Amino acid sequence: MKVAVLRFPGTNCEFDTQYAFEKLGHTTELVWHEEEKLPADIDLVVVPGGFSYGDYLRSGSIARFSPVMKAVKAYAEDGGKVLGICNGFQILTEAHMLPGALKRNNNLHFISKHQTLRVENNDNAFLNQCEKGEVLNIPIAHADGNYYIDDEGLEKLEKNGQILLRYSDEEGNRVVVNGSVTSIAGICNETKNVFGLMPHPERALESILGSEDGLKMLKGFEA
Amino acid sequence: MTTAIVNVFLKEGVLDPQGKAAHHALDSLGFDGVKDVRIGKQIVLQLETDDKAKAEAEVKEMCETLLANTVIEDYTIEIK
Repeated sequence: MKVAVLRFPGTNCEFDTQYAFEKLGHTTELVWHEEEKLPADIDLVVVPGGFSYGDYLRSGSIARFSPVMKAVKAYAEDGGKVLGICNGFQILTEAHMLPGALKRNNNLHFISKHQTLRVENNDNAFLNQCEKGEVLNIPIAHADGNYYIDDEGLEKLEKNGQILLRYSDEEGNRVVVNGSVTSIAGICNETKNVFGLMPHPERALESILGSEDGLKMLKGFEA
Repeated sequence: MTTAIVNVFLKEGVLDPQGKAAHHALDSLGFDGVKDVRIGKQIVLQLETDDKAKAEAEVKEMCETLLANTVIEDYTIEIK
C-alpha cells in the first residue's frame, strides 16, 4: 500500500503517521500543501494532526484552501480513501468533506491523555479489523474536539452507520470528554471513503508505551 | 474606502463554552442578573471600494467562504 501524508505549515504528526504505516510494511510519501497533484498510485491520503496555520481563525479553516486540498477533494470524489486525524479531521469538516464541525472543548482545556473509545461501526474501509462494540485505548490531544452536528444530521449519521467511534469508559459506556454531541470521536462520510477522528491511532503502536490498538485501526485500510 | 465590521457568533442553540465560563465567573464575582453571555469575534476589514453595496456583497461572500463556519456560526456585517 502507498500512503500520501499531507503536510501544511504547522503540521506536526506527519512523521509519526509515516512511522505507523511503515511499521505496517507500507510505503509513504510526504506531500507539501502547495502541491496541486497527489502522487500516482496511492491507496490512501492521510491528513495528519498538528496546528496547521496556527489554528488561526478556526482550526483547519485556512488549510482547507491549500492547493493540495483541491486534489484531495477530487481524489475522494473518485472514491479514493482519505483519513483525517485530529487537525486533519478539523480540516476535512472545514472543507465540507465530512459533515458537522469541531468546536472548542466544553471545559476550554487542551486535553491530552489516553482515552478509551467504543467502536460503533466496523462495516467500512477503516475499522474492519475491529469488533463492533470493542473498546480501544487511543491517545487524544486537542483543544477543539467538541463535535457538533444538528439533530437532523445526527440522525442521518446514525441511520447510515457513519459514526465510527464514541468516547467511552472501559466497559464501553459513553462518557463526556470534550462535549461532543453524543460523545462522538470519529465519523465517516456517506459513501464511507472519507474518515475523520480526533484520537491519534498513530500514537498507539507499542504496548510498552501504553497501547497498540492503533495498529489494528490503521491495518483496516489494507483490506 | 469602506470599513466593514463583521461579528461572528456561535448560532443560537449551539453551546458556547467560552460564554458559559465567563457567565459562571461573573456569577461568582457577584454580578447578579446576567441572563446569558455569548462570546464571538470581530473582524474589521478595510476595503478599497467606495461602493457600499458592492462592499457588502463582497464581505458576505468572504463570510460564507472563510470568515464564518456557517455550520455552527452566524455573522452580521456592518458597513461604514
